[in-house]
Amino acid sequence: MTTALFVTCLADAMFPDVGRATVTVLERLGVDVVFPSAQTCCGQMHINTGYQRDALPLVRHFVDTFEAFEHIVAPSASCAGAVRHQHAMVARRLGDESLAMRAEAIAARTFELSEYLVDVLGVTDVGAHFPHRVAFHPTCHSLRVLRVQDKPLTLLRAVRGIDLVELDRADQCCGFGGTFALKNSDTSAAMLADKMADVVRTRAEFCTAGDSSCLMHIGGGLSRLSTGVLTVHLAEILAS
Amino acid sequence: MTGQPPIPVPVRAPRGTGRLEGDTAFPAAARVALADSQLRRNIGAATATIRDKRAQAVAEVADWEALRRAGEQIKTNTMARLDELLIQFESRFTEHGGTVHWARDAAEANRIVTELVRRTGSRSVVKVKSMATQEIGLNDALEADGVDVVETDLAELIVQLGHDLPSHILVPAIHRNRSQIRDTFVAEMPGVDASISDEPAALAGAARTHLRQRFLSAGVAISGANFGVAETGTLVVVESEGNGRMCLTLPNTLITVMGIEKLLPTFDDLGVFMQLLPRSSTGERMNPYTTMWTGVTPGDGPQDMHVVLLDNGRTATLADEVGRQALHCIRCSACLNVCPVYERTGGHAYGSTYPGPIGAILSPQLTGVDGHSPNDSLPFASTLCGACFDACPVRIDIPSILVHLRAQHVEAAAATPGPPSGEQAAMSLASWVMRSERRYRWATQRIRLGRIAARRGVIRRLPWPLSRWTTTRDAPAPPDATFREWWDRQ
Repeated sequence: MTTALFVTCLADAMFPDVGRATVTVLERLGVDVVFPSAQTCCGQMHINTGYQRDALPLVRHFVDTFEAFEHIVAPSASCAGAVRHQHAMVARRLGDESLAMRAEAIAARTFELSEYLVDVLGVTDVGAHFPHRVAFHPTCHSLRVLRVQDKPLTLLRAVRGIDLVELDRADQCCGFGGTFALKNSDTSAAMLADKMADVVRTRAEFCTAGDSSCLMHIGGGLSRLSTGVLTVHLAEILAS
Repeated sequence: MTGQPPIPVPVRAPRGTGRLEGDTAFPAAARVALADSQLRRNIGAATATIRDKRAQAVAEVADWEALRRAGEQIKTNTMARLDELLIQFESRFTEHGGTVHWARDAAEANRIVTELVRRTGSRSVVKVKSMATQEIGLNDALEADGVDVVETDLAELIVQLGHDLPSHILVPAIHRNRSQIRDTFVAEMPGVDASISDEPAALAGAARTHLRQRFLSAGVAISGANFGVAETGTLVVVESEGNGRMCLTLPNTLITVMGIEKLLPTFDDLGVFMQLLPRSSTGERMNPYTTMWTGVTPGDGPQDMHVVLLDNGRTATLADEVGRQALHCIRCSACLNVCPVYERTGGHAYGSTYPGPIGAILSPQLTGVDGHSPNDSLPFASTLCGACFDACPVRIDIPSILVHLRAQHVEAAAATPGPPSGEQAAMSLASWVMRSERRYRWATQRIRLGRIAARRGVIRRLPWPLSRWTTTRDAPAPPDATFREWWDRQ
């Protein structure tokens, strides 16, 4: 079975270890992973900032790049969410119905990593070993856009040696929100402060999540305050 | 040339006026609120309490999702034939001895109500808590005409006595704690005992004494309406305190200001909404007082009955196939209570009578998205976390409408004459780079130059506008190779 990795532009440029970990996990489970090199960005930043006209060529580029593949996997709920719930909407709103229909067909074959492992491969134990105290932040787009429910937690619970701790108010947003963090940086920082307090209170060594963007936000705050708590992507734990 | 019919002049739906827009954009207004730590504590504690109550009340209902879908469908159906339903409502209400008035905007609604009050000869008005009358700024208009207006909902009274503005749809004084309320009563309530404690029962007792005389002496009551039933001409007010019922039954004249979107087609439809509303708003199975009235009953209750049907931007909102869902709102405020942005900033930062997630999609649509107004900033006052959609009893897809309105804002700004903004230029450039593998590869490889600025794996300061990130967060140091470079080497 050939599966295309949509690594996401953020992981490609800033967090390549997340992409490598995703490949490691999938290959360990016998998946034939390919990386379509034409891929760039799904356009989520443009769409969520209102620049749908600038996003349209990116939607088209994504569809052209991934149309040939049976399954598409991304180590990000928000990028997978953009493909699943926004691409067709953008195409349709700007009058490209045929692109919208192609985008819808791809949307049905695009998965966030934990969904792909649990729903498509039917695996809940990937054979990982991570002997650390870990707090799990279920990102907003995992919970309320893709509705992955407890799939990431199921995978984490099976990891050897892990000390998984519950976050208070786990379902609350960390305050990232893409360009929200810049446009409304004060409100974003207030939300982040509360999220960090909840993380620190667990005395976890690591905070994990399925989205590099949220982790970049939470990790940036934890680092600035010298809390000593590190962030690690779900894929990196599952690959270890 | 053949004889072409004259091109009709397009009829323009009126835009919303009144208290629907602040003077400043959301980010700046939020900064003021965020700096008030007492305010953040008050709102944080109150929203957490209501949030938990609602979650429990909703969890009890086995068919909650089916109820939400029923509510959504009734509202969708209502909006699809609102024109017919309004005419039907007008006929029924008139048949039962009431008078219907139509108001295009806030100024017209205020003129109508002021004139109606003037005609009664009464100079004293008691009010039922109402968002529509807050929206049009009715109290100011009446007071300018020399009328003594008293808000009778306890929280609205607190706001009125404090010369304040409501900050929440259901709990207008949510930003005040009880010791602040005690201070307001002592300073502003005539005849109050200055040694009154800040116990809720003592404060409620003082308000009761203050209001009782007003109920008995007022000649006119003014209300909003939670629902209007087209089939029967019935108006419905849902409340907790019973003060609304005093207003709705004691004075001789009753004037109701209702947004045109508040209609339901049939009386049976109330069965769905009376299950959805109390659990979503106060977290109660049923609210204590529901008052329904269908015209005048001779010799019993108000004998002079009016309803003002308010447009104020609603028809214009209805014209937008995506955005019109905002008109489905039943003002329960569940979305405010679950919103992480509202929880930090409170309601005043939104500048409008309608705060929170619903305000962020309703206010700009009522006033119009034009690319530069303060209300254009409201759709951006969200992380798109989606908590509002899950809480909404009529399934308004608030995140999708936020994204839709952001696009309208960007398109309106692009149509404004002048050079492109920095943001517009950056977004166009990013799009041009990322639609080509070659340009994207070149650009992502350049990011590693940022490693020069990194110390111990992080960058502590970035230039504007990214400095907004690094004021409170470190940025990660770029890696020495992109993922695709690693992949290519394998």
